[in-house]
Amino acid sequence: MAIFKLKINGKQYQVDVDPSTPVLWVLRDHLKMMGTKYGCGVAQCGACTIHLDGEAVRSCITFVDSVGDQEITTIEGLSENGDHPVQEAWLEHDVAQCGYCQPGQIMSAAALLNSNPHPGDEEIETAMSGNICRCGTYTRIKQAIKTAANS
Amino acid sequence: MTTTKIQFGRRSFIKSSVLAGGGLVLGFNLLAACNPGSVNELEIPEEWFEINAYLKIGENGVVSIMSKNPEFGQGVMTSMPMVIAEELDVDWKNVMVEQAPFDTVRFERQFTGGSQALRTSWQMLRTTGAAARQMLREAAAKAWNVPVAEITTAAGMLLHTSSGKKAGYGEFASAAAQMPVPTEVEMKEPKDFTIVGTSRKNVNGKDLVTGKPMFGLDVEKEGMLIATVAIPPAFGMKLKSFDATEAKAMPGIKDIFSFKTYNDDYKRNGFDTDAFTELVAIVGTSTWEVMNAKLMLNVEWEPFSDYEYTAAGRRGDQKVVVPAGLESTADHKLKMEEAAAKPGRIVRRDGNPEEAFKKAANIIERTYTAPYLAHFMMEPINFFADVRDDMVTVIGPSQAPEFVENTIAARLGIPVEKIDVQMTRMGGGFGRRAYNHYATEAAVISQKVKAPVKLIYSREDTTRFGVFRPTYYVTYRAALDENNNLTAFHAKAGGIPESPLHANRFPAGAVENYLAEEWSIDSNITIGAFRAPRSNFIGPAEQMFLDEVAEAAGKDPIQFRLDLFKRAQENPVGERNDYDAARYAGVLELVRDKSGWGQNDSGLKRGVAAYFCHNSYAAHVVDVVMENGQPRVEKVVSAMDCGIVVNPDAAVNMVEGAVVDGIGCAMYGEMTFTDGAPDKDNFDTYRMIRHNETPKSIDVHFVQNEIAPTGLGEPPFPPIFAALGNALFKATGTRYYNQPFIDNNFDS
Repeated sequence: MAIFKLKINGKQYQVDVDPSTPVLWVLRDHLKMMGTKYGCGVAQCGACTIHLDGEAVRSCITFVDSVGDQEITTIEGLSENGDHPVQEAWLEHDVAQCGYCQPGQIMSAAALLNSNPHPGDEEIETAMSGNICRCGTYTRIKQAIKTAANS
Repeated sequence: MTTTKIQFGRRSFIKSSVLAGGGLVLGFNLLAACNPGSVNELEIPEEWFEINAYLKIGENGVVSIMSKNPEFGQGVMTSMPMVIAEELDVDWKNVMVEQAPFDTVRFERQFTGGSQALRTSWQMLRTTGAAARQMLREAAAKAWNVPVAEITTAAGMLLHTSSGKKAGYGEFASAAAQMPVPTEVEMKEPKDFTIVGTSRKNVNGKDLVTGKPMFGLDVEKEGMLIATVAIPPAFGMKLKSFDATEAKAMPGIKDIFSFKTYNDDYKRNGFDTDAFTELVAIVGTSTWEVMNAKLMLNVEWEPFSDYEYTAAGRRGDQKVVVPAGLESTADHKLKMEEAAAKPGRIVRRDGNPEEAFKKAANIIERTYTAPYLAHFMMEPINFFADVRDDMVTVIGPSQAPEFVENTIAARLGIPVEKIDVQMTRMGGGFGRRAYNHYATEAAVISQKVKAPVKLIYSREDTTRFGVFRPTYYVTYRAALDENNNLTAFHAKAGGIPESPLHANRFPAGAVENYLAEEWSIDSNITIGAFRAPRSNFIGPAEQMFLDEVAEAAGKDPIQFRLDLFKRAQENPVGERNDYDAARYAGVLELVRDKSGWGQNDSGLKRGVAAYFCHNSYAAHVVDVVMENGQPRVEKVVSAMDCGIVVNPDAAVNMVEGAVVDGIGCAMYGEMTFTDGAPDKDNFDTYRMIRHNETPKSIDVHFVQNEIAPTGLGEPPFPPIFAALGNALFKATGTRYYNQPFIDNNFDS
């Protein structure tokens, strides 16, 4: 066990965990932030996507001892009032079915738009193909990303 | 308005013991506001008046509607309250929705499966809303001393036109709650609907996009421990012994022990799974710690011998035989070919099929196969349990909470009345969450460690403890006469461990000579419901075969089917034909017109298919393009007939999802086994459809009618497999008989 200081959504946190603990489980089990989802544990589904200094990463394979000073953003901290353009676009297109994968989809989409404010269809597909939606809402996700890009 | 006797929903007027706050007690997000935005935009009433189990009205006119069924993405949490709000005649902006508690005395059917939510609840939801409206009118009539017939309503207001009196529902909520329950109610004509038939946003939308805890895996309680289980590595194996010395010494570990899911004398029901009934539990303080400890656990498993047990079935008690053995996909294929070569059990026979085949000018015979499929719902298996001496609370994702209650009661020896089952939103289900062994497992573990426990399965174990879609096999034969008329049709279908045959579905009823037979092979690999069970194989196979028969007959595939439906309508063969030929033809005509079928589409590689299951009709046209030797679906046009569409945009979303899911399963879905062990257990090996493989557009249309709503979650799923298969033929010149399609070399 070791003590780690983490900056998450603009706030400082301290946890005492095994250094090999993935950030996913630090967030969920230790800090009770449930928005980041467990889907596969092997970086294949994207449900656990968070931002590390603005870049989308899979928190299920990001070990807590590798974070250092990098700033973590989770779905809870993407915007103060849930009104990030991507979140707004998700509501406008009523994207979700079961909704379980959507925090991860939204975090990937927000990171994509950070680096590429007006992605084309293929760029969206490439950037988002690591995020599985078992309900099959992909066409709406693509439309929502375009709406967010234009807002 | 039509006056209807209340036949449905009377039980919802049984008074609850607690007036307010009867909702889900998860400690978060009790309410979802129906206007986009948050609950905060609605002023929460100081006092609620319960009209019936579904409805509470606040003194300020805000209405709370219970959503009775478990929600797993099908949208019932929005659509079912919409129906009540419609007949209550309230402004949707002033409605909030709560997940109802599990209480089948007051809410009757609380089950997610079979695309039955709206079909079975439509009348009840309407009369529940209409009865509440009537009680409000009667309360106002009494206070204003005017005949109740003179009181009208509009968007949450009670109006008496001649005197000019008016009041909000809130003002009379208290008095209405005391009114006798009416025996007859007035219900709206569908043409007067103002909520039903208009698109309303998902009531949980905001919570979903902001990551609020809503799912079973998000449940968090004071003093809660985390548990996981070790399960046998293969079907056909059971626990022999284990050594937990090293694992117990790992940090955070509280206890490790083995347990049985069922008591030896317990009579299982159809949702109690066979496989893996003795497990090893690893209990600790965090998920990462229990998962690591599990790696250090030394467990010995051993093959089991044949065994049998008695299960409670729909048609009384049934003997279930579980064969021993470590099964492999290669053996399955051989066994299925052997079984298919023998005579099957005849389920339906019309005319003289043998004679018709003898006389045929042309016989087409084709065999179709599909592998096992795994559900891969995004939220892994989990359940929370808190077992105390006097009370059991279980919380989690379940499509079939009623069975959870009974199974746990039997296992713990605690009466059902002391078991409180609470439903969370489900991160997908697709059938898998009807089999809730894990709820009982969580309860047994909580009882042993005397603490609240959240049981979590890893993704790998979620897959390996599969209740799979079975592997299937069907051989079709069609006889054409010299004029290319279809004179006989023969289906011989089977699978492991069940047959997918629906003998009374199309083209039964449309062909003079018809034979349907089936067979099955026992197995110890557990199977169960998977989106449109059986239909998801037999529908596509039949629709791909008919495409090939139409081609052999030199006919357009849509016209070929329409001609058969005409026959089934005008002069049906046999008496038990499980479809309405006119509605079936209707979706084909709609998809033909909307896709521009046969009009300047000769350059397109397109396929069509239609199917009827779960009380609704679906048809799709799929356009495929070849990109670097691989097929990609460019466009899908869909036509549905599910009666009245309650929430149109959500319904479109559901069909889009079924289309994407079906294309994914048809192209990539495949579970195989080696010596009883599933060969794939995570997304790195089991291929699921992704963003870059999704159709570029999906264009969904509904037949407009005033027929009471039927299902939508499952019906669009089966025919998309076939529309894709038929389009692939157009794109490559090859017919694909075996799923998944990706196994074929499209370049050839």
